[in-house]
Amino acid sequence: MSERSSNSVAQSSLLRISLWRRFTDCFATSVAALTVVLVLLPLGAIFAYLVYRGIGSINWAFLTQTPKPVGEAGGGMANAIGGSVLILGIASLLGVPFGIGAGIYLAEYGRNRFGDIIRFTSDVLNGVPSIVIGIVAYSVVVLRQKHFSAVAGGFALAIMMVPTITRTTEEMLLLVPQSIREAAYGLGVPRWRTTLSITLRTATSGVITGVMLAFARVAGETAPLLFTAFGNQYWNLNVNQSTAALPLQIFTYAISPFDEWHRQAWAGALVLIVLIVGAVAAVRIAVRRGALAGANN
Amino acid sequence: MANQAFPRPQLTGQPVSQKTTVEPKTRPLPLMPSSSGEVADRLFGFAMLTCAVAILGLLVLIVYELVGRSQLSWHAFGWKFFAGRDWNPVEEHFGALPFIYGTLVSSLLALIIAVPLAVGVAVFTTEMCPKWLRGPLSFTTELLAAIPSVIYGLWAIFVLVPLLRQYVQPFLARTLGWTGLFEGPPYGIGMLAAGIILAIMIVPIISSITREVLMVVPQHQREGVLALGATRWEMIRIGVLRNARAGILGGVILGLGRALGETMAVTMVIGNRPEIARSLFAPGYTMASVIANEFSEATGDVYLSALIEIGLALFLVTIVVNALARLMVWSVTRGLPARAHV
Amino acid sequence: MGVTIHVENLNAWYGKVQALHDINLKFEPNHATALIGPSGCGKSTFIRCLNRMHETIPEARVKGRVRIGELDAYNGTSATQLRRRVGMVFQKPNPFPSMSIYDNVASGLKLNGVRNRKQLDEVVERSLNASALWDEVKDQLHKQSGAGLSGGQQQRLCIARALAVEPEVLLMDEPCSALDPISTGKIEELIFQLKEQYTIVIVTHNMQQAARVAEFTGFFLLGKVIEFDKTEKIFTNPSNKRTEDYITGRFG
Repeated sequence: MSERSSNSVAQSSLLRISLWRRFTDCFATSVAALTVVLVLLPLGAIFAYLVYRGIGSINWAFLTQTPKPVGEAGGGMANAIGGSVLILGIASLLGVPFGIGAGIYLAEYGRNRFGDIIRFTSDVLNGVPSIVIGIVAYSVVVLRQKHFSAVAGGFALAIMMVPTITRTTEEMLLLVPQSIREAAYGLGVPRWRTTLSITLRTATSGVITGVMLAFARVAGETAPLLFTAFGNQYWNLNVNQSTAALPLQIFTYAISPFDEWHRQAWAGALVLIVLIVGAVAAVRIAVRRGALAGANN
Repeated sequence: MANQAFPRPQLTGQPVSQKTTVEPKTRPLPLMPSSSGEVADRLFGFAMLTCAVAILGLLVLIVYELVGRSQLSWHAFGWKFFAGRDWNPVEEHFGALPFIYGTLVSSLLALIIAVPLAVGVAVFTTEMCPKWLRGPLSFTTELLAAIPSVIYGLWAIFVLVPLLRQYVQPFLARTLGWTGLFEGPPYGIGMLAAGIILAIMIVPIISSITREVLMVVPQHQREGVLALGATRWEMIRIGVLRNARAGILGGVILGLGRALGETMAVTMVIGNRPEIARSLFAPGYTMASVIANEFSEATGDVYLSALIEIGLALFLVTIVVNALARLMVWSVTRGLPARAHV
Repeated sequence: MGVTIHVENLNAWYGKVQALHDINLKFEPNHATALIGPSGCGKSTFIRCLNRMHETIPEARVKGRVRIGELDAYNGTSATQLRRRVGMVFQKPNPFPSMSIYDNVASGLKLNGVRNRKQLDEVVERSLNASALWDEVKDQLHKQSGAGLSGGQQQRLCIARALAVEPEVLLMDEPCSALDPISTGKIEELIFQLKEQYTIVIVTHNMQQAARVAEFTGFFLLGKVIEFDKTEKIFTNPSNKRTEDYITGRFG
């Protein structure tokens, strides 16, 4: 406290305030720490339950067989896993090139008003509810094709992937120093070549990060698939047929009244989460291991 | 060409070459094709522009499809669609009020629970916790965001709902039953369960935006307040939170946008009954849920159109909410990475 | 062989700010010309106008005429064609981080569509020899990344990369400012050998360097050429008072 203060009353009152202030300081810190605990609790609970309920039902049959009729034990989700792979493949095929292209546009050509509009649109698109995307995919693809299909599901998921990929690609390209681009220009390399072979190549791991994040985000999406891919109890790899997907199957089984299906839902959820968390964690580790390592000199 | 002022390190003493102004007229470059790449450049730029415009196009497509396919319902019911409480597919009479109510109440409930938690987590990770804890903490909150909605729903059905039914709801009814918000039979399933699961889902969004905004607050703002003899909490309150208000609010609104449109988890626990009840124990229905449940079995054209109109309304609300949020967040964080370029 | 560079009435802007005012200069082939002046005087902007690098900056504009040999840089020539004949070495060494040493040197040719492996091998060896780097890196051409070399080696790698596309002019924008004295000495030695074959324009803030490597020197101030003459003349008997002030260290 202030040594200059000759007034002991003032000093003691200062001291008292200080005690009160120190108390609030401690209190605030504990409250903040408590919120962390409260938030991590459900996370822990969810993972614990997934493992606890799911692990027992994961076996070879679960991964390789299609569902058995109600009442019969056994069967698996092979159709759903295969269907998810199919739908996500279609989504990536449609969404990744567009997302990266738009990201390149924003980073290399879009430092202007129009670029800001695209950035804004992309952010807004990112917030459109997935169920609404489902409606759009339904009316664009399903109504024209006259039936549910993997393509419709892939289309819906592609729309959801684009904004994420666009914005991360842009960010990653902007991390590449301008001097690297200049070096290529200085060699008489055309701009398009510079962008693809120098800038994009330097930022490759960052761009892959964005793609993986987008992928992880849509891999668990259920709502846009409800009336596009629709689901299928049988094995199907025809892109024009209604197709099962892991999240859809989990949903169907979760709201069913059968214990056997509940078990399978937990097992499916565990498989799904392992896939997604695995992807996210792999990306994070890769990023820390020096994605763009070469680019920060 | 010796120089008096500064001696060269090693003088090669080469003679001044003659003024060789005669140059070969065209110097062939045997190794490289002589194309200038200008055409390719323009094509490439155009292709990238197309991708960017496609993003705009997607938004336009969404609006076009939703507006076009909801016409039938719009012509049949007009504005009354949003005020009507009756949802009757058999008689083809549709009013969306119960769904709007359900969406609003569940989202607001989620915000009330999530905002203090999310801001607390963000403040703790950026300002209070030791450095080594920062990475793992933000990683785990990110993990929360990576869990698919359907898994939240699954967990809520089998873990959260029984918990609510057996412990939380009876307790609330006993202590706060007089408010009218917590009365009726404790089903577990209902508005309260939906609000809680939504809250868990939007915490990571709000806290990650808040964290981003807090980190933008310049260090000298913190130091300025600390230099006045403030405690850490006072520094956070005065130097950090006050400066980041707009951005945090943006994050909260962004969380609201996500809550409004969230489908699966809510559908699995809210009860799916188109009723408006005061009690949070009662089942409800949201705009997203009704689309999820009834879309693929909607038989009549008007029925389908009514569902799409709900989708349109949901879309418009989330667009406005998201645009607002983005503007607020941009107003705080904007410019940093974007302007560093060039 | 080098070519003559004629610059007539060159003006350059960044947005509304004019950075160069009516520059008229002539650079002799197979000589090195140094451009000196305080920072912000426009010497870097000027050199970037010679290979049309200036225009890659948003809102930057150029007016005037630049002739590189028989090529009219701003009229009837594409920027990429021009840059293949006017090599550039930058202030900070900027090897491509994702490429090996070999690929860095070969990049100019590869990215312009040359695929012939034997030709590339030849060019890489010749260029690395010319930039006096061959002996130091010949055993790790494919293993080592360009970014893994020391600063001075990186800069010589960048010179090799520029030489690989067989330019007639070599522009050097403060090539030694990020290097230690020993590396600087090596680069200067290199410039000495290179000017037998190229027209070299070197921007430097180091007057000793200008005096050591260049036959001609131009003094820039506030976007204008104050004096351009033989190096000897500039440093021993400048005709302009402001040049004298600058080289004697009275300002700048």
